Amino acid sequence: MDKMDKYIKDSKSGMTPIVKTVVRFVMGIIFIFGAYVVLYGHLTPGGGFAGGVILACGFIILTLAFGKGLGLSKLSDTWASILDNSAALLFLTIGFIGFSGGYFFTNVLGKGKEFALFSAGTIPLCNIAIGLKVTASVFAVFLTLSIFGRFISKLVDDYEDDTEKE
Amino acid sequence: MEIFLLVLTIFMIVGSIVAIESKNLLSSVISVGIVGFSLGIIFLMLGAPDIAITQVVVEILILVILIRATITTDNTAIEKHKDTFPVVVSLIFFGLFLIFAYFAVQELPQFGDPLPREAAAHYLENGAEETGAMNIVTAVLLDYRAYDTMGEATVLFASIVGSFVILRRRGRKHRKEEDTEKVGILEDEDIKKNFEGF
Repeated sequence: MDKMDKYIKDSKSGMTPIVKTVVRFVMGIIFIFGAYVVLYGHLTPGGGFAGGVILACGFIILTLAFGKGLGLSKLSDTWASILDNSAALLFLTIGFIGFSGGYFFTNVLGKGKEFALFSAGTIPLCNIAIGLKVTASVFAVFLTLSIFGRFISKLVDDYEDDTEKE
Repeated sequence: MEIFLLVLTIFMIVGSIVAIESKNLLSSVISVGIVGFSLGIIFLMLGAPDIAITQVVVEILILVILIRATITTDNTAIEKHKDTFPVVVSLIFFGLFLIFAYFAVQELPQFGDPLPREAAAHYLENGAEETGAMNIVTAVLLDYRAYDTMGEATVLFASIVGSFVILRRRGRKHRKEEDTEKVGILEDEDIKKNFEGF
C-alpha cells in the first residue's frame, strides 16, 4: 500500500489521482471476484476462461491507471510467459494423470459431496490451470500490443530503420 | 422474445457496417463493441449466463486493448480504390449466397429445437452424477469434451506466442556481417581470418 500511495502522489505516471484512488479501492474486489469465478466454476456460472479474463482485466486496469512501472512490478512480461507455459503444462499433466484411470482426461479423483467446493474431481484443478494460463497470456498480449510494441507506427519506424541501414 | 432477438441482430449488423465504413479508427473500434455487447445480451436472453459472462468480459478487454493500441497511432484513414469489376463479382456471389441461404434456412429445424437430442439429453440427465459438477456447462467443457478445451488452450497459446514474437521490441537482432555464413570458394581475406590461430 505504501508503494501505491507514492504512485498516487506522483502525477507524472498514469492517469489522474481520482482514477488512481478509485482503482486502488476497486482493485481487491476485482481480484476476489476473478478468483471466485475461477474457483467456483464447477458450481456457478463462469469458469477458468471467464475468471482468467477478469483477473487479467485487473492487471490491465492497474497498468493503465498507475503507469507501466507498477503494472510490470506486479506481473512482469518474463513472469507472464513463465506462468503461461507452466499453467499449460499443468493442464496437460492433469490430462496425463487420467491415464491412471483409463484414458486421457479421465476424472480419476473422487466426486465428493454435491455443491461442495472440493468436489467434482479434477474439474476444479483444470479450471485453476486454465484461469492462470488465460490471466498470464491475455496480460502478455496487452503488454506486447500497447507497451512494448507501440503498435503499428513503431513497427513502421523499425522497418524504415532496417531498410535505411541496408 | 424472438422480435427482441431480431432487433438486436439488426442492430449488430448495422454496427458492423458502421465499423467497416467509418473513417475514424477509434469510432470503428467502438462500433465493433456494439456487436459484442449485443451478442452478450442475446446470450443472456437465451439462458446461457456462462457464455454471456465470457462474452461481456472479453468484449470489455478487447475494447480496452484496441483503444489503447489505436489511440497512439496516427493511421486514421485508409485510402480506397474503387474498381467496378470486383464490386460486380462480389455482388453476384453475395446474391447467389443469399439464394442458397434462403433454401438452406427453410430446411433447418425450429428455433430452440435442435435435431440431435440424445447427447444433450444424456448430459442433462446424468451430468451431475457422473462428473460431480453442478454446473453442466463446466461438466461438458472439462469432463465430457476436455479435448475441445485442450484444443482451445493450444490455439490461445499459439496466438500469444505469435504476437510475442512478431510485436516484441527487445531481442530483435539486427543482421550483421558476422552472422551471414559464406558459402563457396573462400577468398584470401576469409582464409586469413579463419586460419589466424594456426
